[in-house]
Amino acid sequence: MSQPFRLNKEGLINRNKKISFTFNGKKLFGYEGDTIASALIANGIHLVGRSFKYHRPRGFFGAGVEEPNAKLQVEFNGHSEPNVNATEMELVEGLSATSQNCWPSVNFDVGAINNFLKMFFPAGFYYKTFMWPKSFWYKIYEPFIRKAAGLGVASIEKDKERYEHKFEYCDLLVTGSGPSGLASAYAAAKNGAKVILAEDKPRFGGTLLTDDVSIDNLSGKDWAEKIITELKSMPNVTVKNRSQVFGYYDHNMLVMFERVSDHLEKKSKFTPRQRLWYIRAKETILSTGSIERPIVFGNNDTPGIFLSAAAKEYMKVYGVLVGKKPLIFTNNDSAYETALEFKKNNVEPIILDTREEHSSELIDEAKSKGIDIRFSHGVIVANGYKKVKSAKIGKLNKDKNSFEKIETIDCDCICVSGFWTPSVHLASQSGNKLKYEEKIDAFIPDKKKQHETSVGAANGSFTLEESLKHGFENGSNLSAKITETKTEISIPNVNEKKYGAHDKFWCMPLPKNENPKRFVDFQNDVSVSDIEIALREGYRSIEHVKRYTTLGMATDQGRTSNLNGLQLVSNIENKIVPEVGHTTFRPPFTPITIGTIVGREVGMEYMPTRKTPMHEWHEKNNAVFVDAGAWKRPRYYKQGNETLFEASKREAKNVRENVGICDVTTLGKIDIKGPDAAEFLNRVYTNAWMKLPVGKARYGLMLREDGIVMDDGTTTRISENHYHMTTTTAQAANVLSHLEYYLQIVWPELNVNVVSTTEQWAGAAIAGPKSRDMLSKLYPDLDVSNDALPFMGYKEAEFFGVPSRIFRISFSGELAYEINVKSDHGMFMWEKMMEVGKEFGNQPYGTEALSTLRIEMGHVAGPELDGRTIPSDVSLNGLVSKKKDFIGKNSLGREAFNVESRQKIVGLIPIDRKSSIPEGSHIVQDQNAKLPNPKLGHVSSSCWSVENNNPFSLAIMKDGKNMIGKKFFAVSPLKNKSIEVEVISSHYVDPEGKRVRS
Amino acid sequence: MLYIKCPYCGLRAQKEFSYGGDATVKRPNINEEVSSEDWDNFVYMRKSPRGKHIELWQHIAGCRQWIKVQRDTATHEIFQTAKVTEEIR
Repeated sequence: MSQPFRLNKEGLINRNKKISFTFNGKKLFGYEGDTIASALIANGIHLVGRSFKYHRPRGFFGAGVEEPNAKLQVEFNGHSEPNVNATEMELVEGLSATSQNCWPSVNFDVGAINNFLKMFFPAGFYYKTFMWPKSFWYKIYEPFIRKAAGLGVASIEKDKERYEHKFEYCDLLVTGSGPSGLASAYAAAKNGAKVILAEDKPRFGGTLLTDDVSIDNLSGKDWAEKIITELKSMPNVTVKNRSQVFGYYDHNMLVMFERVSDHLEKKSKFTPRQRLWYIRAKETILSTGSIERPIVFGNNDTPGIFLSAAAKEYMKVYGVLVGKKPLIFTNNDSAYETALEFKKNNVEPIILDTREEHSSELIDEAKSKGIDIRFSHGVIVANGYKKVKSAKIGKLNKDKNSFEKIETIDCDCICVSGFWTPSVHLASQSGNKLKYEEKIDAFIPDKKKQHETSVGAANGSFTLEESLKHGFENGSNLSAKITETKTEISIPNVNEKKYGAHDKFWCMPLPKNENPKRFVDFQNDVSVSDIEIALREGYRSIEHVKRYTTLGMATDQGRTSNLNGLQLVSNIENKIVPEVGHTTFRPPFTPITIGTIVGREVGMEYMPTRKTPMHEWHEKNNAVFVDAGAWKRPRYYKQGNETLFEASKREAKNVRENVGICDVTTLGKIDIKGPDAAEFLNRVYTNAWMKLPVGKARYGLMLREDGIVMDDGTTTRISENHYHMTTTTAQAANVLSHLEYYLQIVWPELNVNVVSTTEQWAGAAIAGPKSRDMLSKLYPDLDVSNDALPFMGYKEAEFFGVPSRIFRISFSGELAYEINVKSDHGMFMWEKMMEVGKEFGNQPYGTEALSTLRIEMGHVAGPELDGRTIPSDVSLNGLVSKKKDFIGKNSLGREAFNVESRQKIVGLIPIDRKSSIPEGSHIVQDQNAKLPNPKLGHVSSSCWSVENNNPFSLAIMKDGKNMIGKKFFAVSPLKNKSIEVEVISSHYVDPEGKRVRS
Repeated sequence: MLYIKCPYCGLRAQKEFSYGGDATVKRPNINEEVSSEDWDNFVYMRKSPRGKHIELWQHIAGCRQWIKVQRDTATHEIFQTAKVTEEIR
């Protein structure tokens, strides 16, 4: 199969390797080095998509990041990606591309009816139309707009690809490998600086690949290759292609998106698809070049209309003709190079130049080659629906607003050039206030904001000589400041063609009675008339015009449309462009994949998994785990077909009747040492700590400065100046930071050190009436009697030869102990306990049973200490000392904390003794009251009381202490339940606390 | 992402730090009488300046020291960092 638009020799593609792909189901081929766009154009295909709003046929317009139209749904390497820029995506074997935003096909699209209804879709259409009736919004308008909006379809499959993040530091980051970028990188590298050179495209060299220039008697392309080869050989230089620096953030951090393997047919399992680089650079060179802007004319969105530089790039890089009867429409000299390139390939172009007849180096060369040049001419309107067939052209009068003569000429493509716009995105993102440069009618960077230095076309210098000179100078000077070495480099001799002045002409006028659409922003279908309407309706700020018309708001961020839009606004408003100002440039410069942003932090790697030393035992014994922060904790140990409810009931009951063991390693543990440790604890906790003897534990409560309970736990005095603090699993990190804050900032005079020992100790609780019997078997040589080891006692002893700590503390409300051993011995301890405990009916219990045990005892935990409760709310005011000062004490005197009807913890049981009360239920007086039904409190924790064999809940209730004995309703709209409940004491089991002391 | 110079560890990425609020607030002395107004000012009242601000950060994934950072809240420029025992003026 031949490719009708492929040139025989030209181009940098590899003609030895054919690549097959499909477009809308049709089998085609291209060559290695082609983009989807170049391969399709080679095959004579131009119609690739439909526009966003009017569903007009659209083709290619550019040859790189500037492309506004050719966004395809592409399937390759086993995944499907929407909105892929066909001008950037390299061809890979087996790739399949389809058009977006059209139904049933790109050739026949039903949505194109919008094009004929376009008078009904002016700027602000949505805002005007969908305002009323209000009730229509949710059910009719919004679903309709949602369905109509958007282009491609995101895949719902799991992304199997690998994405990576990389952090890098360098002296100089150079963004773009055109002439100025290469020169900067080279000069800096020679000074010994650590350099990163990033190029967005697969090939290095930028405009050197397409411009007819020579440097030191080498062609631009060969010189670029020579420099790149040398840079690659230097150990202090990193050279990256397919890598776009898309964002300039605070403190000179830039982010780069590297397409590592999308172009590879086969890759190793560990090769990432894409990589995100966080680069902290001391200095940055912004050599991002410039983008050609179009001239606006009628039906200028018809397939077959290209930017003139893109047409040249297709010829020179890909060996592809965008047409065989080209019309070149320009206001400047650069398009003449495209015309000359056509001519070189035996295609006869016609040049329409808006300027009056004059001469320049390029014009003279074109004339001498016999190219048909028509001065004071321009394209009025392109004819043809799915492809350009002809153009109505006009000879402009001196006022450039009316026509001397109008005629129609045949053509199959129109290459348009309206001069060049520097790519100032990165400079602007760094905080650089841009300035308007009259000479080039565009914005360029102004005074440096961070460490950004713009060079070459990105700085408005459009000659090669200047670009190289600025590149070498800035690269050398910036790096010399860092490395303190300066290597002299002679600036090479340059041979390039001189451009004449461009014409300040942006938009073709229309003859009377003609009204074709003249598009400014192709991707969002914004035309000249839309901008006119916005201004007529009173929008003045360019940011408002942008939002009202959506000009420049598409994924291409108005790269080819912003300046023309500004010119239009300034013309209509009779202002100059700098007064109108520009819109904000925001990262990313081009769309990047979500996968790259996420990187490796997915699935298992989303966050670290913390496992206790006994984790494997739990796994082997059918534990069902629950996440507690990053920890995995056994929720229950499943036996047979047990449900969570059955298993937790069994486990809790066994603790109440016999004995159970629970893995409590996850509790936060903080080692506190120093001569002032007691004083420190006395300030941190609400209760008194000065007189706690060595070998004793105490329950403590800590507040925030605003009086709200922060955390609770026991702290044990290990020796004179040594304490062991425990925190809840959830608050461990916060409590440590809290203690460090007070020690470092508020009371640095206290001689105390704190360190987390959570990971150093494995912990197991032994709870139940038979726990002492079991303990005595575990420590045969130790006196564990109630006298020797009373409630809140502490002992150190050997556990079968392993050093251990024994705390007599209880969360379950039963007679209980907690044993700590070094983490490495955790599994040994656990297995020994299981072995020794057999004769006492010992069973392991999980967090669900643990909750049941503490709830029916009325012990508070996270759900009650929810950041809204003060000590008296949770009946812990007994722990609040009146004699001493502590963190948060002054706040407890606040009026609202002391009103008679203040909320308080209570217990709830259902009247029917059967219905479980959902956690989060609201407590109300009347279940049928009109909404909003006054809320008297909420249910914080619920369980099935194993002691009383009926449901029991804890609740925080307004005026709680006076509610005991009253009846209410607990309503849960989420669970659709309403349960009649009776308020009782929160201490449902063993209210005197006899068991823990037994 | 900010680049913060920890006085103990050197320049480190923001990721390693945790924000701790206004560094100029002084807690009333412990064991001393304090008026309700002074206490309320300490607990609740904070300025939210646009511009220079001295704030606390903790090098939570590093040396765990609390430090002072003088930062422009609008531009994020960091002028100076110091140990909490040192003055920033």
